[in-house]
Amino acid sequence: MTTQTKGRQSIAFAQPVSILSGASMVGQKEGEGPLGDLFDCICQDPMFGTESWEQAESTMQKETAQLALGKAGLTKEQIRMIFAGDLLAQSIASSYGLVDLEIPVYGLYGACSTMGEALSLAAMAVAGGYGEYILALTSSHFGSAEKEFRFPLGYGNQRPLSATWTVTGSGACVLGRKGGKACITGLTTGKIIDYGLKDSMNMGACMAPAACDTILRHLQDFCRQPEDYDRIITGDLGKIGQRILFDLLEEKGCDIRQQHMDCGLEIFDAEEQDTHAGGSGCGCAATVFASYVLPKVETGEWKRVLFIPTGALLSKVSFNEGQTVPGIAQAVVVEQERKA
Amino acid sequence: MGKMTQEEKQKKAEEYEQYVKEVTPTHSLPMNMAKAFLVGGLICVLGQIILHVAGNYGLDTKEAGSWCSLLLIFGSVLLTGCNIYPKIGKFAGAGALVPITGFANSVAASAIEYKKEGQVFGIGCKIFTIAGPVVLYGIFSSWLLGVVYYILKIMGVFV
Repeated sequence: MTTQTKGRQSIAFAQPVSILSGASMVGQKEGEGPLGDLFDCICQDPMFGTESWEQAESTMQKETAQLALGKAGLTKEQIRMIFAGDLLAQSIASSYGLVDLEIPVYGLYGACSTMGEALSLAAMAVAGGYGEYILALTSSHFGSAEKEFRFPLGYGNQRPLSATWTVTGSGACVLGRKGGKACITGLTTGKIIDYGLKDSMNMGACMAPAACDTILRHLQDFCRQPEDYDRIITGDLGKIGQRILFDLLEEKGCDIRQQHMDCGLEIFDAEEQDTHAGGSGCGCAATVFASYVLPKVETGEWKRVLFIPTGALLSKVSFNEGQTVPGIAQAVVVEQERKA
Repeated sequence: MGKMTQEEKQKKAEEYEQYVKEVTPTHSLPMNMAKAFLVGGLICVLGQIILHVAGNYGLDTKEAGSWCSLLLIFGSVLLTGCNIYPKIGKFAGAGALVPITGFANSVAASAIEYKKEGQVFGIGCKIFTIAGPVVLYGIFSSWLLGVVYYILKIMGVFV
């Protein structure tokens, strides 16, 4: 068997893995944002017709999975397995969301980097011949995330300017051996990077070192320059994280200012929508990828992009116990499918 | 890529923290203080009005005080339920947090959020998630002061 590893942490697929479809579903606030017209479905009811935030997130994930299957023209029986995750403790949004689909599942947790993790593993599984069609999806919900990590929604407090706004949204992609207009040609697995920061309300600063590490490693492993990409797209670094990423990369002699784009900065209008540093959450990178990035690659407007969802690895307990907030970033190379 | 010693790691973390502090914007402190003064003051004026009105109805200071707390708490809980108090809190910061209305808001917000987890494990266990420390250390410090007062009384400091 030919090895497909590349450099120290990367994989270059011998046969690119096709992205058959991308689907996205978001809440009202995201629908009112700059990308509002691009999402497949906008749900005006924050409860998604259920009784709790958690059930709402599960419902959203289920609907998005079905949307992705529909767009790929597949039935659920044709999906070999799902890689899915969310932000809630014990990943309950995915567990309860996917139970009715009756498809084999691997549950993931990578904080807000989960879409990168899901796409990476799904691509590896397809490339390894372990499934004809595999679904990668994630979700996050503002209500459930606030409850999980911060305060009850009705509590009146001031969020710092460095805080991000958790995206209510779910994004899904069906991967397969062939048949899509875009494909995953490689990936770089991220390391957990800890610069010792403890401020959970400044997650951009916690994750920027991880993004920097993965980007540098990726470029080195593939012997590429930032110019080899039409866009280098991070997940949810936000305004402050982006600035720090540029500085950190500059220290290492790398400049991605021309190519860089951050999903968290794209999904909301920070001034108009009062979201402070930007959007965040598993759903942020996933929905922006499925609704905005993927179509641009499919049409060939962007020939090759590097998609790097970033995650801040903390829990309420680790935070209260005074632990630092390490970051992780998973990179996926997405290119336009070449005609055979 | 050599292994860093604990000390070097610590130093690097401090440097990074310092750098992050420099590039992170913060709310304007004078502006925040002005807003807190304005809203906190208004809430206290409201309390004073209630006290006076209650006094005019012939209630003594103690009764009027009870009505004052009661009405302010009621107002805060109502505004929390209508999702208005969070907006006041966002605007005023500590000005909305410190008065009795802020306490009521933290209790009501928890009750609303955790209601779905049941009467016992939801509301029962989690209603004081935010207000708990205030209750615990409030009672504890009053007890401590009580002990001090008792000792001083025995020593004849107070008659």
